[in-house]
Amino acid sequence: MKVAVVGAGPAGVRAVEQLVRAGLRPLWLDEAPDGGGRIYQRPPAGFRRGAAALYGLEAKRAQALHAALDAAKPAAEWRPDTLVWDVTWAEKRLHLLHQGRAEAVEVDAAILCTGAMDRVVPLPGWTRPGVTTLGGAQIALKAQGCAIGPKVVFLGSGPLLWLVAYQYMKAGANVAAVLDTTGFRRKLGALAGAPHDPVTLAKGLYYVARLRAAGVRVAEGVTPLAIEGEQPDAISALRWRDAAGREHSTACDAVGLGWGVRPELQLADLAGVPIGFDTVQHNWVPQRDALGRTPVPGLYVAGDGAGIGGAVVAEMAGACAAQAVLDDAGLPADQKLVNRLQRRLRRQARFRAALERAFPFPISLAATMPDETILCRCEAVTAGELRAAAAPEGPHGAAPEVNRAKAFTRIGMGRCQGRVCGAAAAEVLAAQLGTDAAGIGRLRGQAPVKPLPMPAWQGESA
Amino acid sequence: MSDSADVIIIGGGGAGCSAALYLAWRGARVILLERGLVGSQASGANYGGVRQQGRHAAELPLARRAHGIWRRLPELIGTDCEFAETGHLKLARNEAEAAELYAYLDTARAHGLPLEMLEGAALRERYPWLGADAVAASFAPQDGSANPRLLSPALARAARQAGATILEQTAVTACRREAGHFVVEAGGIRYSADRLLNTAGFWGGQVAAWFGETVPIRHHTPNMLVTEPVRYFIRPNLGVVGGNVYLRQIPRGNIIIGGGYGSGDPAVPMSRPDPVVTLRAMQRAAALVPQLADVSVIRSWSGIDGIMPDRLPVVGPSATTPGLLHAFGFSGHGFQLGPAVGAVLCELALDGRTETALDGLSIQRFARA
Repeated sequence: MKVAVVGAGPAGVRAVEQLVRAGLRPLWLDEAPDGGGRIYQRPPAGFRRGAAALYGLEAKRAQALHAALDAAKPAAEWRPDTLVWDVTWAEKRLHLLHQGRAEAVEVDAAILCTGAMDRVVPLPGWTRPGVTTLGGAQIALKAQGCAIGPKVVFLGSGPLLWLVAYQYMKAGANVAAVLDTTGFRRKLGALAGAPHDPVTLAKGLYYVARLRAAGVRVAEGVTPLAIEGEQPDAISALRWRDAAGREHSTACDAVGLGWGVRPELQLADLAGVPIGFDTVQHNWVPQRDALGRTPVPGLYVAGDGAGIGGAVVAEMAGACAAQAVLDDAGLPADQKLVNRLQRRLRRQARFRAALERAFPFPISLAATMPDETILCRCEAVTAGELRAAAAPEGPHGAAPEVNRAKAFTRIGMGRCQGRVCGAAAAEVLAAQLGTDAAGIGRLRGQAPVKPLPMPAWQGESA
Repeated sequence: MSDSADVIIIGGGGAGCSAALYLAWRGARVILLERGLVGSQASGANYGGVRQQGRHAAELPLARRAHGIWRRLPELIGTDCEFAETGHLKLARNEAEAAELYAYLDTARAHGLPLEMLEGAALRERYPWLGADAVAASFAPQDGSANPRLLSPALARAARQAGATILEQTAVTACRREAGHFVVEAGGIRYSADRLLNTAGFWGGQVAAWFGETVPIRHHTPNMLVTEPVRYFIRPNLGVVGGNVYLRQIPRGNIIIGGGYGSGDPAVPMSRPDPVVTLRAMQRAAALVPQLADVSVIRSWSGIDGIMPDRLPVVGPSATTPGLLHAFGFSGHGFQLGPAVGAVLCELALDGRTETALDGLSIQRFARA
């Protein structure tokens, strides 16, 4: 039985580990040159910073995962630097791109551990060089050993905001400010009395306390206004409004921003897995059961790509999905392990719900962005242009849903296929049409998942 | 519930939406029923070629009339749908193909379609970016391309403004002639009219079958892709004899490439491009224009069209049912014709005749001998 595991982050590593344990030799694909996923991305060979410096409080977990990763590689058909750019599940075929050449492989089952991507809310000036996502800022630090700029403002909401700011400070970067768009009361209200993960909460409080103690400017309940620059290709300040309505300008030369993450679900979508809107995490997620089985036979999802849960959840979900593959194939599954993991996953899901309530996606911030904001940066479509597409007076009438709005405006048609701007664009369009993100639908997945270079045809499947 | 009109149109592609517009302009009460959104399938997902050259002589009268309408789109519907008369360059990759291009010149001349033959040094001089495969070409200066995603919605919007009722997300479930009227059931409502237009694309075969006219229609799903934007250098819309690859660049830089077929299921309906076909189209595009060797493809798509055995559409009155008019099965090249098809259907519906020759397009050609 040939099982493909797509992705070698926390979910993929634990999935492969279980398959190998059962005597299988899975085909293991990752787009990156090495495993670890984005959260435990390793620096290139020759870099000297140790795990403690790179991963901080997560160092033990990172080291354990890397050990499992390295142990599983020889037992699997390990193929890093390999993008799955399309899937045609009618023939159970994955379409790969490796070193610029295309190739197709047939498998019996696949576990998609495709991870997540930052959710951003565009604001005027966000297309300037020096602006990156929180996830991107973190990878620059841990995989490349560099900061996104000498003087950085972090903007957004969620645990990653504080973690990245703390990591930058600890690495010696000048953190000019940490600006949280969620108000303190909201967070307190959502977390008080709700079930939560004491370890995660303690870590979060620790990061905030350390940043404050170091004299970093911290503000909550802020409204970002614009990223400004004296030169067109640089940043000089972030302008924002505090909870009391006062305007501030914080000098900086880089901005890391993000509001949580969303699943990378294009492969599940292309394979025909039904996608639904999860109102708790405010994300589109593939339909799956508790073990990660999708309604498409032979196709499984695990980790953040199956719905956001974070790295701890991803490790357990990966192991569960592998057990589901074994069970469905009539191979002996470790039911005790599954039961134990399922109990822990259910508890984690309750923590997660509280976390999502504490750090909600800033719907109104996205919906009310100024008309002139470049919303889709690939195609340079402004929020105003998207709003106009929803108006019946336009030359093509009103777009009643997001794919028609894409057809009219080109929003989400560029290199990133709406992966960057899609979440915010949905709020802009939904507000204009008087509905919500679920009501305007979802940008349909279209191959290739990432840009496919022309010489790819020289691969063997062409 | 019920509603009535002078004319009911089934199918909101380019043909149906333009028919609704022309009928509304003439003051007819029109109801157009569309299962999804207007322009969702072949009319909206096609390549965007607005091409006359290479068409079968039977289609050229319609194509010539459509050309006049395309040119006047801004004054007619308030937008040009990105129509640009860039010319269409049809390439021959060997002597036999070149002979085919020469053979077509008489057909074109008979219909007043200007064409210019280019060979050897003259061809390379004008298009230095062409690959070595091209040995000759015919250039049609009045051809070009447009944005297929915009045409049907723009026609529908203009039709609504002129008084037509366009009902989207309204699938027709049954259709018959009853006491001299057409009765169409859709979304739980009975619509009735004296005239019925079948502009339902591939599904037009089903509509015809409801009236005892079975035609050998098949579905197909052209495979389309688009590259990232690069410097604008390919002005004409490019095709080849045989049609296994075609490409055009839009001024903002993206290159749209077609060739081959994806897969689809009209019952859902769903369609999707085929990755292997995508790779083959990339190979052929790079052979046609070697400078494309370094660009990346960022998106692919498909849509469902109806294809007839002779690759000609069915346009004209029903052979079984008075008052029923067909225009479907455009066989992968209906986008350019759409605006004229609506004008012709309007004339047939209201006047019983049209000046545009439709010889060779009648549904009767499929009647059992």
